[in-house]
Amino acid sequence: MKILVTTKRVTDPDVKIKVKPDGSGIVTEGIDYKVNPFDEIAVEEAIRINEKEGGEVVVVSIGTADSTKEIRSGLAMGAQRGILVKTDDFLDSLGTAAVLNKIVEDEKPDMILMGKQAVDGDNNQVGQILADMLGYAQACFASKIELSDDKKTAKVTREVDGGFDHVEVDLPAVITADLRLNEPRYASLPGIMKAKKKPINEMELPSLGLDTSLKVVWHKFSEPAERKAGIKVPDVPTLVSKLKDEAKVL
Amino acid sequence: MGNTLVIAEHRDGQLRSVSLPAFTFGKDYAGKTGGEFHILVMGHNLGSVVEEASCYGAAKVHVADNEGLGPYMAESHAAVAAKVAQELGVEVVAATSTAMAKDLLPRLSAKLSAGMASDILGFNDQGYFQRPVWAGNAIVDTEITTPVKVVSIRGTEFEPSPKGASGGDKADVSVEVDFGALKKRFLNFEEIKSERPELTEASVIVSGGRGTKGEEGFKLIEQLADLFNAAIGATRSAVDAGWVPNDLQVGQTGKMVAPDLYFAVGISGAIQHLAGMKSSKVIVAVNKDEEAPIFNVADYGLVADLFKAVPEMIEEIKKAKG
Repeated sequence: MKILVTTKRVTDPDVKIKVKPDGSGIVTEGIDYKVNPFDEIAVEEAIRINEKEGGEVVVVSIGTADSTKEIRSGLAMGAQRGILVKTDDFLDSLGTAAVLNKIVEDEKPDMILMGKQAVDGDNNQVGQILADMLGYAQACFASKIELSDDKKTAKVTREVDGGFDHVEVDLPAVITADLRLNEPRYASLPGIMKAKKKPINEMELPSLGLDTSLKVVWHKFSEPAERKAGIKVPDVPTLVSKLKDEAKVL
Repeated sequence: MGNTLVIAEHRDGQLRSVSLPAFTFGKDYAGKTGGEFHILVMGHNLGSVVEEASCYGAAKVHVADNEGLGPYMAESHAAVAAKVAQELGVEVVAATSTAMAKDLLPRLSAKLSAGMASDILGFNDQGYFQRPVWAGNAIVDTEITTPVKVVSIRGTEFEPSPKGASGGDKADVSVEVDFGALKKRFLNFEEIKSERPELTEASVIVSGGRGTKGEEGFKLIEQLADLFNAAIGATRSAVDAGWVPNDLQVGQTGKMVAPDLYFAVGISGAIQHLAGMKSSKVIVAVNKDEEAPIFNVADYGLVADLFKAVPEMIEEIKKAKG
């Protein structure tokens, strides 16, 4: 079974982002980058399936040359090889999906695993768009994936409002990972050493000959309205009397 | 002038109130562009949904009623919605950003070759949509340059549309989906039964984080929530630890909430959690770490061990409420 899994290099999700004073973007000086956490879950799932079923896990990223680092971390976890579509340009969801569509056409995977959303743009769009472009079924926000014996279909549990949606999709399909699909492993030291020798095929975005012009354009950035801190109360009775008499919520 | 089409959500034969803020957006946006506001209902066994949907001032409620649309699936619903949107000549297709809309709208945007803005907070005179990025730590004015645009709206940022008299126009949509050819089968929906209101609809929410240490702490949360008929929420780490279902997650990658009263119990206040709850009207935080970032957004902060403080709160609140 061949699985294509996507990773995005994103700013460290645990660091609070600030907006540049001129509103042209976010402050990136001194910010660390990491693999998008949901993509890490997708990589883990791909590797678990691979360990059982054999085949190949290919990690794909689109981004600056530095994105090889995030691909290597997937290779260190156990994926076999990587593909980097290099660009310094910002792509929107339609552009990103168009690039992945091309990679899928070339690689012909049996399954495409992605994180449900990237924690920088917070769009939660690319998997669904890609599935439509390919004419595949989508199974988004997956918390469980079960392959059928003949590997032609998969049962997926989706986390939705009020419960779990159980669906069966024909493969290949696009499956996006939610938080509880698995707990990603830490790469082992031998894994990290091996990853250094695993191949990453780098290609320049223009060489793919796709229209990735922006359909969604980001203009001015601003800080959200800050909520001002209230007060600390010394004990429970004070808290409750404030809630009753001051906030009037009791 | 382009029309605005809002996809209404329903469950068990009733319109879901989560759709009401999207109706407000639909009316506002149509008012701005000089187009009409339309509603689309897709499904089967629709009960009172169509009647209810016709009470919000839409020029027309489009009804796609077909057995095949009974179970929601992005593949079939996007196909139907795309056809309606094209025939109607819409400028914007919108829905409130629920789990369904998050699944459906991007696929619809692909079908319409439309740019999409997720989780919008509003729009300005230039027609740019304001949306949160980086867990809500920045807001960006977003321009969609395609003739058709798709947006999901953050329900807490638009007032629920007031209900008027019923009797708006209705139109049947002919459904031309080859359901047998879909590459997905719906198996079943496993409902998480709860006596409590839904997170996105509750006026009081009691949430727990890592500090609750699991079941024992969440029992206290339940007891506190009982006093208010409150919904229960949780942080990503509490969900991660398997203590509560993901459905209860409040935050950047969970639900966005803005109740009248929000109790954050044993919650440190990670960026991604704050993103989901900082629009709440009154925030109460109980945490034993006085440096916890949750205190930066709390109206009332209590530095205390929750296992001592929450039982005391339950008693005091009972007394105060009489």
